[in-house]
Amino acid sequence: MAGAAGPGTGPGAAGGDGDDSLYPIAVLIDELRNEDVQLRLNSIKKLSTIALALGVERTRTELLPFLTDTIYDEDEVLLALAEQLGNFTGLVGGPDFAHCLLPPLESLATVEETVVRDKAVESLRQISQEHTPIALEAHFVPLVKRLASGDWFTSRTSACGLFSVCYPRASNAVKAEIRQHFRSLCSDDTPMVRRAAASKLGEFAKVLELDSVKSEIVPLFTNLASDEQDSVRLLAVEACVSIAQLLSQEDLEALVMPTLRQAAEDKSWRVRYMVADKFSELQKAVGPKITLNDLIPAFQNLLKDCEAEVRAAAAHKVKELCENLPPEGRETIIMNQILPFIKELVSDTNQHVKSALASVIMGLSTILGKENTIEHLLPLFLAQLKDECPEVRLNIISNLDCVNEVIGIRQLSQSLLPAIVELAEDAKWRVRLAIIEYMPLLAGQLGVQFFDEKLNSLCMAWLVDHVYAIREAATNNLMKLVKKFGTEWAQNTIVPKVLVMASDPNYLHRMTTLFCINALSEACGQEITTKQMLPIVLKMAGDQVANVRFNVAKSLQKIGPILDTDALQEEVKPVLQKLGQDEDVDVKYFAQEALSVLALA
Amino acid sequence: MSNSGVSLADIISTVEFNYSGDLLATGDKGGRVVIFQREQENKSRPHSRGEYNVYSTFQSHEPEFDYLKSLEIEEKINKIRWLPQQNAAHFLLSTNDKTIKLWKISERDKRAEGYNLKDEDGRLRDPFRITALRVPKLKPMDLMVEASPRRIFANAHTYHINSISVNSDHETYLSADDLRINLWHLEITDRSFNIVDIKPVNMEELTEVITAAEFHPHQCNVFVYSSSKGTVRLCDMRSSALCDRHSKFFEEPEDPSSRSFFSEIISSISDVKFSHSGRYMMTRDYLSVKVWDLNMESRPVETHQVHEYLRSKLCSLYENDCIFDKFECCWSGSDSAIMTGSYNNFFRMFDRNTRRDVTLEASRENSKPRASLKPRKVCTGGKRKKDEISVDSLDFNKKILHTAWHPAENIIAVAATNNLYIFQDKVN
Repeated sequence: MAGAAGPGTGPGAAGGDGDDSLYPIAVLIDELRNEDVQLRLNSIKKLSTIALALGVERTRTELLPFLTDTIYDEDEVLLALAEQLGNFTGLVGGPDFAHCLLPPLESLATVEETVVRDKAVESLRQISQEHTPIALEAHFVPLVKRLASGDWFTSRTSACGLFSVCYPRASNAVKAEIRQHFRSLCSDDTPMVRRAAASKLGEFAKVLELDSVKSEIVPLFTNLASDEQDSVRLLAVEACVSIAQLLSQEDLEALVMPTLRQAAEDKSWRVRYMVADKFSELQKAVGPKITLNDLIPAFQNLLKDCEAEVRAAAAHKVKELCENLPPEGRETIIMNQILPFIKELVSDTNQHVKSALASVIMGLSTILGKENTIEHLLPLFLAQLKDECPEVRLNIISNLDCVNEVIGIRQLSQSLLPAIVELAEDAKWRVRLAIIEYMPLLAGQLGVQFFDEKLNSLCMAWLVDHVYAIREAATNNLMKLVKKFGTEWAQNTIVPKVLVMASDPNYLHRMTTLFCINALSEACGQEITTKQMLPIVLKMAGDQVANVRFNVAKSLQKIGPILDTDALQEEVKPVLQKLGQDEDVDVKYFAQEALSVLALA
Repeated sequence: MSNSGVSLADIISTVEFNYSGDLLATGDKGGRVVIFQREQENKSRPHSRGEYNVYSTFQSHEPEFDYLKSLEIEEKINKIRWLPQQNAAHFLLSTNDKTIKLWKISERDKRAEGYNLKDEDGRLRDPFRITALRVPKLKPMDLMVEASPRRIFANAHTYHINSISVNSDHETYLSADDLRINLWHLEITDRSFNIVDIKPVNMEELTEVITAAEFHPHQCNVFVYSSSKGTVRLCDMRSSALCDRHSKFFEEPEDPSSRSFFSEIISSISDVKFSHSGRYMMTRDYLSVKVWDLNMESRPVETHQVHEYLRSKLCSLYENDCIFDKFECCWSGSDSAIMTGSYNNFFRMFDRNTRRDVTLEASRENSKPRASLKPRKVCTGGKRKKDEISVDSLDFNKKILHTAWHPAENIIAVAATNNLYIFQDKVN
């Protein structure tokens, strides 16, 4: 970029004869229209370089008009352009000229692609802050009005996101106009626009005077919340969170709660789903008193909704809801008003509901304490550990640590074990894979003795699973276990079993030995590796299957750094040299690679 | 093929006006989409208004091969649906048996001029002689219409897609195949939600298939689907995520006296369309077209015979497979009339208020500009009056399956094999 004209210099500032610094810029400008999208994109991403070279004047009078009409391009190019323009104020001459950026962004705000429009709106919001109050009213507000009354709904949807940024800085007369425009978009003919308005309602409410919130926003909210299209109504639930935060408890009760109650019982499951999904936010926004009187009964209904999607969404929120209840009286409320409904869900007909509940239910034990957990929650955990759906069992097992802190895992071990064994032998390999991931955690919580007695054989069985992904995960699992239980344990329990597999008739199992050695050698240290593992690896160099032999070479390369020089020179080197003369090209290749990596060549 | 001279690829397989009626799209068996635009009022050619001329032509689908199932996938366009206009460009969905595509049709009338590194005639400039930067300028040019594929909705249908329908919420649409209906978001291509699934666990227990599906024009939560058993189910998406249980079931009790071997085949519904008002829907079966009031499930409020004279010919129509032809039907803009096709390039119109009906013919002879259509009559008995045509001389290869009615005016588009006819009320 050296030698390009700085901002503030006029046209031809970078002129002169044959200024070679112009060449790269010239290329960039030409590539704005290259046939290759990637090159166009590249040029757009360097738009600031081009603008800097052109100077502020030419950027305003030539580059921006060109860009304004370039909205035929691919989405990714337009997206990049919309993003660039958001940071362009300095390049057009500072805040005084920020309004020059409005025309190209205005045309980008009308394209059909939502991502591009959203980015254009984001940039417009950014630029609005750089406008002086006068420029805001002279240029920005008219733009918003133009978009808001545009023929196409793409422009009207874009307008919805711009009201809240210009409102606080506008004069009172203009403010009234802005509110008027927003009002009309809330009752637009097309649902697209009403949805856009509904999703910005909360944000707009936050910048309005409290009186206007009560007199104007609340009626709009009520209308949108009873829109004929459920896709609009469900967005009003989100707005409810923001509006509720602005109002006093009294106003809230009178102005918002009737609508919220109605939403929680809406005919459309999607709206009820939204209430369930936003429950924690709603709970925080309305405060403890209304929560107790209104939200808890509503929540009970959502937990026994006829649509499984709604029950699942509500089940997900059980823990957060309980956590956010005021500490005093919390236990009683949960025990009397929530727990009975949870008990029902444990035997729900839908597995998504059960698994949603299983993913959070363990979290209740910290809130309810030891006694309640043992008396009331434990039977539920145990039931879920026996659930027919593997997802449910997995979710319980993956959250064991929450319970461990409260009552210790031993309480569960009697039921835990059959559940783990069953998952470990599940017909779906992804389920088996998932349970392997939890083995190190379980091992830590259950202790070495329990592990040796009950789980060790499972871990070894996975090593000979018929799915490679399971065998691979099983080897990594062993490594993690060794880190947890130490080398002595490894030497006594794991290593002998792994090494036995080296003479298995199945070559895949023989290779598993090598993979295990790769994974374990570092955790086991020099002594075990040299004395127990190395001889086996070396012996396998004579295997009749080439895949085993080249994996020997790879293993030697891997464990080489752990061995001492004597072992390397006297034992490893001759074997690798022999493999280097192998008839198989892959074996040769990996043997020679190992020799050079270990500096034995 | 008796239609000698007609290339199979040219046979029109769907016709659809857009929401304003200014554009008309057709799809054909060759996977092409042709869009016609209505000429605007023009002082020099006062009669040109109403004429539809080709606006854009593009290849929407190509023949494909499914290697997993060893099946050829035809490029034939099964359905086209326009999206409500959202900006200066126009959008439509087109589908073949498996894949739905969203197309953008846009105009360009400006071209950028001026390069730094080459002259206007394309010669390269010496890079060391560049003394000033040139920013391209936009110059007007001849109007260019571009069609570009915006999204491809694939891999969601195991069976053949028979319908697509855009929801009134403007953000979702449904696609139906023989056994399932999926709900898509127009901006999301990698997932769709299954909202109806009638596939039995054991395919040997299969007794009916979905033949058509459509969203209600105003209520975004309501859609209907018709079945090969002659019934229509109306579902409410508010009640649950999977609409396996219908909320309304439209079925006319069978008349036992007219029962025959063909009853089941001819009662299969080939098309279902909501009226613009949303109060009624129309179903087409092999011999008749019925109008149903959404508030009455037990029987249709109107039944119009399309070509009752074929009832005695069902046996031969079964033998030449014509009995499985899927005739579509459409409403006039004001819902006061309906139209559907027949054989011998005949199509039928029924005025719902006067109860009058007419048979018209789409043919080259009567499609001269400003010629008016003469009603045709088919006679069944022995004596044939002048201008009448005998059932036995009907040409069953000339069938009108696809028709469309302008949303506001009395302009109709009729697809007869490889020809598209556009007729309109006389302009005085």
